Amino acid sequence: MQTNIKNKILIGPITDFEAEGGVTAKVGEKQIAIFFFQSRNEWYACDNACPHTGDMVLSRGFLGDTNGDPKIVCPLHKRNFSLTSGECLSGEKYKINTYPVLVENGFVYLEI
Amino acid sequence: MIKRKLVVIGNGMVGHRFCEKLVEFGGTDKFEITVLGEEPRRAYDRVHLSEYFTDKSADSLYLCAPDWYRSNGIKLLLSEPAISIDTIKRKLITNLGTELEFDELIFATGSSPFVPPLEGLNKEGVFVYRTIEDLEQTLEYGKKIKKAAVLGGGLLGLEAAKALVDLGKETHVVEFAPRLMPRQLDEGGASILKAKIEEIGVEIHLNKQTEKVLGTSKIEGFEFKDGGSLKFDMLIVSAGIRPRDELARLAGIAVGERGGIIVDDGMGTNVYGIYALGEVALHRNFIYGLVAPGYEMADTLAFNLCSPGNKPKVYVGSDLSTKLKLIGVEVASFGDALGEKEHIPIVFKNPRSGVYKKLVISPDGKYLLGGILVGDAKAYGNLLSFYLNKIELPEEPETLIVGSVSSENLFGADSLPEEAKICSCNNVSKGDILSAIRDKECYDITSVKNCSKAGSGCGGCLPQVTSILKAELKLQGKVVTEYLCEHFKYSRKELFQVIKVKSLKSFPDVIKEIGRGNGCEVCKPAVASIIASIWNEPILKHREIQDTNDKYLANIQRGGTYSVVPRIPGGEITPDKLIAIGDVAKKYNLYCKITGGQRIDLLGARIDQLPLIWKDLIDSGFESGHAYGKAMRTVKSCVGSTWCRFGVQDSTSFAIKLEERYRGIRAPHKLKCGVSGCIRECAEARGKDFGIIATERGWNLYIGGNGGVNPKHALLFAEDLDEDTCIKYIDRYMMFYIRTADKLMRTSTWLEQLEGGIEYLKDVVINDRLGINSQLEEEMNSLVNTYLCEWKDVVDDPEKQKKFKHFINASDTDPNIKFIEERGQIRPADWVSDQLVKS
Repeated sequence: MQTNIKNKILIGPITDFEAEGGVTAKVGEKQIAIFFFQSRNEWYACDNACPHTGDMVLSRGFLGDTNGDPKIVCPLHKRNFSLTSGECLSGEKYKINTYPVLVENGFVYLEI
Repeated sequence: MIKRKLVVIGNGMVGHRFCEKLVEFGGTDKFEITVLGEEPRRAYDRVHLSEYFTDKSADSLYLCAPDWYRSNGIKLLLSEPAISIDTIKRKLITNLGTELEFDELIFATGSSPFVPPLEGLNKEGVFVYRTIEDLEQTLEYGKKIKKAAVLGGGLLGLEAAKALVDLGKETHVVEFAPRLMPRQLDEGGASILKAKIEEIGVEIHLNKQTEKVLGTSKIEGFEFKDGGSLKFDMLIVSAGIRPRDELARLAGIAVGERGGIIVDDGMGTNVYGIYALGEVALHRNFIYGLVAPGYEMADTLAFNLCSPGNKPKVYVGSDLSTKLKLIGVEVASFGDALGEKEHIPIVFKNPRSGVYKKLVISPDGKYLLGGILVGDAKAYGNLLSFYLNKIELPEEPETLIVGSVSSENLFGADSLPEEAKICSCNNVSKGDILSAIRDKECYDITSVKNCSKAGSGCGGCLPQVTSILKAELKLQGKVVTEYLCEHFKYSRKELFQVIKVKSLKSFPDVIKEIGRGNGCEVCKPAVASIIASIWNEPILKHREIQDTNDKYLANIQRGGTYSVVPRIPGGEITPDKLIAIGDVAKKYNLYCKITGGQRIDLLGARIDQLPLIWKDLIDSGFESGHAYGKAMRTVKSCVGSTWCRFGVQDSTSFAIKLEERYRGIRAPHKLKCGVSGCIRECAEARGKDFGIIATERGWNLYIGGNGGVNPKHALLFAEDLDEDTCIKYIDRYMMFYIRTADKLMRTSTWLEQLEGGIEYLKDVVINDRLGINSQLEEEMNSLVNTYLCEWKDVVDDPEKQKKFKHFINASDTDPNIKFIEERGQIRPADWVSDQLVKS
């Protein structure tokens, strides 16, 4: 939950992003995974670290859905995380932060 | 709400289970929980401690993730035992001087090994077997010695003996009683177990009372009362346990005459709000030295503390049934195994095969009172159901233990009442399993296991659990389907056919035509594999559906770095190429390890280094080894007739030919192969998906073997083949497997589930029973002819290389990757909780 005033940060042009996949953006000291869910025409962002190990890998996982809810699957041990709520969908109490993504005039921004 | 302060002393298996139960029952909202652990490590699995000897790593033994306590709001203080307790002021002090107040205090201090009061047992070289630290010291000392002994032939003593054998020591077991495991086995069972254990080289000395400990500063052996003696250089004492009740004793809490904190049926001591669990608790004058009763106590207490409004649970004592694998021998014992009450024994004994089974039956012949199984414990789950639920026995109860126990004469779990106990390790009833299926929607055995905990202990009840699951799903009208996942109502085999017939070439086409939704981690790689097996286009053309390993053409490792394995066909390599690999490893500071498939693994590459590493390797004449793919990996070989004085055929040349033919072919799972030059089988070909062993007249072909979780020897498929016929058979066999196996199914499981088994497969592959052999060969030839080195595909294409960087908006590398040095090479820093991302 972010209580601070959010900043809008330019990440890059849409063409740099991976369709139906993720990339990692450096935002200050943070690593944020940004996903272009092309088949749904949706964008999502979350922590790049898998809360299980802390490794910076979530952007390299599978995008998918469970009953229509968009999710990201950690490439290390296949834990599923909802991209809307950040909840772990594999029955554990892990949680990731999610962030709003803005797309304007061909450029992608993060609100953080 | 003000939270009450709850302190748990002890972070062993039972203390940890108690915390899990508190979390499950919502106790973290009611209590501010602090856990004190004496050891430097968080709770780990002591039951499987001997695995530490083989693994030498504590990681696989831990009972929870590093941050489990923190993320559940529980304070865990390690290396910080309590040293005094004031039950009036209700506070305690730890060794570091921390003062903790408590409202509720739980003793889960466990036990310590009992060391008999023998003079001289304080010499150097005497160890106990309880903690990882004990093991580390034992291992260290063990390096210097040859001959070791274990004092005590009980469960733990035999475990310790196994560990010593694994270390390559000459091993002796010294037992006071006239038989092994005197508390669980009778004479007949123990003698069979003894013979089995002696087979692996452990010498067993029964009826031995030690008179004198030999040696001056270091232990050198025992002298026995009967006049004999035994020389050894190291001793592990495993002669029982002593409850750790010293702190309670000092605090004025009532303890038993022979030790143990006295508890009532609610685990309460004589002091209000103070409780004891596990091996330190003396319940109805009994100390339980097993983990399952401790778990039951933990469950009882956690429930009562968290739900004060409900009817309290009562702990009335535990069943001591147990099934385990001791030094590779199955041993089970349940109920009145030793026949202490009036009974009729039924005994089956076969010393040749090393099997002993005994039923202890009530005098009227109606009920099972207990039993013992040694060497073959398949009947355990079934017998336990009869015993626990007091079910009337069949007319001829001997049929329960004679002959092989198959699923047909397994007793139907659906006829059991809901309160029937199924899993005695975790105290799970049939009703608990049903509620996991009904309320928590567990529709497969793994989720039922996770959810209800049934079958997650010794595993003896899994056939029952499976049968309950199947019956319930049938009742609910749920067909047990082989659908790939929620996005495709097809099995992999059906999907393969549809994709081929409809000529679908990409995931969007496939999911639009015959699926729904957006896909997931199950169907995406499955479709990627099918598309690759049918069309064999460069896999990065379908980058979005590749698993991370295939996406980056390397294997992801701890910390998010990757490993690189160049192909070394047949394991044959020139000195120049060896040097080239060394040069690359040095240049990029990679960790080197020889793999089981006769190749060299280079680990620790950052994502941005991958294309550079491949370029250097390709320039030196290497290509991708496909170690990252569910694909044909290697063909291992021995030197064969070219060098070996026993070799009868040139196994190396044949292996190289085969590896170059099948390299990189994608399949439902990885494929590993081997060729041996003679019957001595140095290439371990029978542990492979296909293995070839040379004969005087040609080659014997074996199929369907693998190592891994369930090792399986490959079965003989055809004998004395010439090379061309052998290749033809392999072509057909592999293509048939690729077409028809389920996702992530190895050839061994596929063969097991193939109706008609290997005889049917022979009919298909050799006699062309289905008339598809020319198709299969054509398909294989097309895969062989469209081979491409996937690394070169990237090295030649600057556009593809762009994907190999960590950040999209910075040229930095991942600052989170940290290495430490070990034995002159790098390795990733350990996963520790404080490195985890802070929210």
